[in-house]
Amino acid sequence: MAAKAASSSIVRPDLLGRAALDAFAKLNPAALMRNPVIFVTEVVAAVVTVLFLRDLLAGNPLLFTGQITAWLWFTVLFANFAEAIAEGRGRAQADSLRKARTDTVAKRLSDRANRAQWKPVSALDLKVGDHVLVETGDFVPGDGEIVEGIASVNEAAVTGESAPVIREAGGDRSAVTGGTTVVSDWLVVRITAAPGSSFLDRMIALVEGAERQKTPNELALTILLVGMTLIFLVAVVTLTGFSAYAGAAISVPVLVALLVTLIPTTIGGLLSAIGIAGMDRLIRHNVLAMSGRAVEAAGDVDTLLLDKTGTITFGNRMAAEIVAVQGVTDVEAAQIAVQASLADETAEGRSILVLARDAYGIAVPDAQPAGVTFIPFSAATRLSGVDMDGRRIRKGAVDAVRRFVRESAGREVAEPAAFTAAVERIAKSGGTPLGLAENGRFIGVIHLKDVVKPDIKERFAELRRMGIRTVMVTGDNPVTAAAIAGEAGVDDFIAEATPQDKLNYIRNEQRQGRLVAMCGDGTNDAPALAQADVGVAMQTGTQAAREAGNMVDLDSDPTKLIEIVGIGKQLLMTRGSLTTFSIANDVAKYFAIIPALFIAAIPELGVLNVMGLATPESAILSAVIFNALVIVALIPLALKGVPYRAMGAAAVLRRNLLVYGLGGILVPFLGIKLIDLAVSAFGLA
Amino acid sequence: MTLVGWLQILVILAAVVAFAVPLGAYMSKVFAGERTILAPVLGPVERGVHRLAGVDPAREQTWLGYTLGMLAFNAGGFLLLYLLLRLQGVLPLNPQGFPGLSPHLAFNTAVSFVTNTNWQSYGGETTMSHLSQMAGLTVQNFLSAATGMALAVALVRAFARSAAPTVGNFFADMIRATLYVLLPLAIVTGLWQVAMGTPQTLDASVSVETLEGGEQTLALGPVASQLAIKQLGTNGGGFFNANSAHPFENPSPLSNALTIWQMLVVSTALVFAFGRLIGDKRQARAILATMGLLLLAGIGLCYWAESAGTPVLAAAGLDPAGGNMEGKEVRFGLAASALFAAVTTGLSDGAVNAMHGSFTPIGGMVPMVLMMLGEILPGGVGSGLYGILVIAVVAVFVAGLMVGRTPEYLGKKIEAKEMKMAVLAILILPTAILGFSALSAVLPVALSGLGNAGPHGLSEIYYAYTSAAGNNGSAFGGLSANAPWWNTTLGLAMLLGRFAYIVPMMAIAGSLVAKTRLAPSAGTFPTHGPLFVGLLAGIILVLGGLQFFPALALGPIAEQVQMLAGKTF
Repeated sequence: MAAKAASSSIVRPDLLGRAALDAFAKLNPAALMRNPVIFVTEVVAAVVTVLFLRDLLAGNPLLFTGQITAWLWFTVLFANFAEAIAEGRGRAQADSLRKARTDTVAKRLSDRANRAQWKPVSALDLKVGDHVLVETGDFVPGDGEIVEGIASVNEAAVTGESAPVIREAGGDRSAVTGGTTVVSDWLVVRITAAPGSSFLDRMIALVEGAERQKTPNELALTILLVGMTLIFLVAVVTLTGFSAYAGAAISVPVLVALLVTLIPTTIGGLLSAIGIAGMDRLIRHNVLAMSGRAVEAAGDVDTLLLDKTGTITFGNRMAAEIVAVQGVTDVEAAQIAVQASLADETAEGRSILVLARDAYGIAVPDAQPAGVTFIPFSAATRLSGVDMDGRRIRKGAVDAVRRFVRESAGREVAEPAAFTAAVERIAKSGGTPLGLAENGRFIGVIHLKDVVKPDIKERFAELRRMGIRTVMVTGDNPVTAAAIAGEAGVDDFIAEATPQDKLNYIRNEQRQGRLVAMCGDGTNDAPALAQADVGVAMQTGTQAAREAGNMVDLDSDPTKLIEIVGIGKQLLMTRGSLTTFSIANDVAKYFAIIPALFIAAIPELGVLNVMGLATPESAILSAVIFNALVIVALIPLALKGVPYRAMGAAAVLRRNLLVYGLGGILVPFLGIKLIDLAVSAFGLA
Repeated sequence: MTLVGWLQILVILAAVVAFAVPLGAYMSKVFAGERTILAPVLGPVERGVHRLAGVDPAREQTWLGYTLGMLAFNAGGFLLLYLLLRLQGVLPLNPQGFPGLSPHLAFNTAVSFVTNTNWQSYGGETTMSHLSQMAGLTVQNFLSAATGMALAVALVRAFARSAAPTVGNFFADMIRATLYVLLPLAIVTGLWQVAMGTPQTLDASVSVETLEGGEQTLALGPVASQLAIKQLGTNGGGFFNANSAHPFENPSPLSNALTIWQMLVVSTALVFAFGRLIGDKRQARAILATMGLLLLAGIGLCYWAESAGTPVLAAAGLDPAGGNMEGKEVRFGLAASALFAAVTTGLSDGAVNAMHGSFTPIGGMVPMVLMMLGEILPGGVGSGLYGILVIAVVAVFVAGLMVGRTPEYLGKKIEAKEMKMAVLAILILPTAILGFSALSAVLPVALSGLGNAGPHGLSEIYYAYTSAAGNNGSAFGGLSANAPWWNTTLGLAMLLGRFAYIVPMMAIAGSLVAKTRLAPSAGTFPTHGPLFVGLLAGIILVLGGLQFFPALALGPIAEQVQMLAGKTF
């Protein structure tokens, strides 16, 4: 996807112009109702505008009311602007996605068995259940399931990855996505999504934010913000009564200024931008969340179910050591192992060469030496190796090697104790022993093991500090699984896992009130993906898996689950931090405005003017200006998210409370004072 | 301020905590339905009451059933009390022959005692018959406190239980609170008060010859029996008009200490009981530390302000070292008066041993602010606990997001439903206080009741509605509240402050009790320890402060700065 190449800068200059225009379009009150705090700001801004116009007609002094009016509107516009910028990024991506969706011509088959009989129809006219033929160079006209054929497909339009992937009928690679291109061969595809509801359509809608609904937590926060707005509305409206009693009548623009600075406009203005940016962060990690709810749930995850292969270990087993039998030196054994593997193109074979070179210092020839016959691995012999100069070197399953030695020698050969011991030890440790023999002689044992990714243990420790349990899921037997689990430092593992086991494990965790995240790709993962609170389906997976999950990873990288959790947490942290900041700001605003309101009637209240603001008008104006500008100043933070580190909750809280709570109290004192200096320097009030 | 003054304050508070720990343990057993040491005596009584009232304690109620039961019970209590007060002229035990109360005074008083407010627009010894005092007011002193306790316990159960449908049985809880907690404490401490000189008689009055040879009539009555529950139940409605400043209600410094201890002990113990009921005492300690911190700050500020005195008094030739003794009893002094003022308002008790209106403006603002913060320091019996738990829910929601999880408190997720109800609840206090105050600040019918002009008059208005809406009941002094406007609106403020708060609070309980209780992990927002204490205290101050700061600026703050400039009202 285009997003993958997107620059890392938060605010793209090319999007600013459009966002500024959108900010005005969003003034439409019907749309702004979704954001109650800013809606209230707009309403009172309109009221003050009317008063300003009245003053204009009556020829009253305009400087103060005019400025207040302007800054109130700026407050609304800045909030709209924040949202528009967040949306703008998604829209740019949606535009590039749309290009892939241009109406292609589909080759509809009237009889799925007869590939010669197709009629050209517009992709938009396809119905679920139609069969289409897709040949080399064709766009896949819609989401579907391959019923026949095998082809390499370029999915760059969706995943951004230009190397073609193989898609074939049957199994876990049978799904194709509309908008991708067949590069070679052909497929017969049964359409599974109606035009307009395909994966690409959903992607476009998601990145555009068209279907954006308030997430549960966003809703709860909005309720709190509405509550605070109401409280301040009560405080400000009743103040008219008290000030009338005290003989300190307050003008409406000033009351409105007080109200707008007190209600949580900062978080109110940035709330939806934070949510959109959270989704956007996922998209930049090439993960599509089907709902904002899923992103929030990711922050709450207590248990991560991780597939062993690919996430915790590299995909393949690798040679870890070479054990020689008595009478053979390690180097000799390694040399023989290299010869046995020279022509072996498997990952395991290559890993033996790497091990021999790195651990035993053996020079590995680049090319296969002449006069050598390569004996490839076969399921029948379970051996591979080479024949050279009468030497027959083999490596393979231990039983097969024993048989090979016996047959080569033509008699029973006593198995060296070191061989037996190494085989036992390796099997017990969860590794795979690979026998090595030359003619009728045992040479040694190669220890193949699942290699745990180098940094994964630290990642898990990090997760543990954040209170997240990791569970390894593997088809291995319990001994092997336990060994790898111990090495990787996971908290628990499910060995010999069946889809039902996974489902049961998830249900059990959920019964204890834990939220579970997992990823999967196969059709039999679908129930567990659907059950999990965060189910990440791999883009390479089956249609069933992709529909069961609430996120799709376009890179099909199971490790990404960890990043997804981080993104969810960061989203919530950003929301909480800016809310705290917004509320804490009010303290300083009171000290700016309250003395200004009453100083005429009660001069002694001047002691509350701790900031030493120049005049009552400049104090009020400065507070309003600060209140508007702080929204703009915080847009980058809202979009980027607050810095996120893997720490325990207590440490995170202490840090954020200090930065955003205490900072939120102190910053406006400084900001308002500076603005006041500027306002009075320019003679604005 | 003196060291002895502070020692007095700290010794009394320490005595409260020392007794509240075992009392809390006992109360947690009472409300868990376990057998307690008083079971041999009270068990048969309890079962008898259950049979009489048709209560089956095993039949638990949903939050709605619990709330409706509570509302019906309190509506019944209000009606009975209202009728009793209206009809007292024709009822027995009326040795002074007092007539029935006016409709607005009877409404105000009945609401006042049902809502655990005990705002008194009347003077007890010149208005109330013994029957009204004993069968009306004293009974409601017990029942309103028991109602508060039952509600708090219901909310605590909502946290403690996991995915449960019910929160308990209101009637069973209320009966337990009365029988096992309030009655024994009231009997023991009431007798102690008699021993210290408080009258307990059905006689109306005695006549004594004063030192000057004149004759004085001293009102008497069943004082001690009402006094004990007045304080234990954080009711605060005095038998006499002068309340705890009256020598019969509060004869000596020792009785003063006991009185303060009485008001604090049940609310404090309830916090300890909360810790045991949810199975995590650290949570209770954090809550109590927050309450203690803010209360001590209030006591300190008030004590300081009163000790500092005023330039006006100094100008009048009084020794500034004596502080501001206006409106205070010399037998209590500055420290015990400041302590009493802060405790009675931090607690929604409302008894007074000094006239708050005579405090320095800042000294008088302290009790006002302690009430505005929501009567949660540590608040009324029951109402303090459920009040601070609602605030804690809000605090956890605001700050909890900062750790990167959707907020949870005590293992329960705080979501839109809880926030909606919490917001409704916290809206009540500012709306009732500021709304009625603003009306009264401009309406001539209200202004005619004020005793002072200027900011002090405004303080009288704030204080009255704050005391009513916070269900405190203490008076500032200066306000002539026995008039239709004040009696009616104050009554409405009391009703709002009590029941309009309780219903959303119980809705939160209903929503929480149905949720699975999550085990804490390293990623859970920690709600114990100093960080949370600071956070909760900060939220209480900021939330309360932000709501009321503009109003206070025109009231006590304006009065203080003007007083310092030599201007009085």
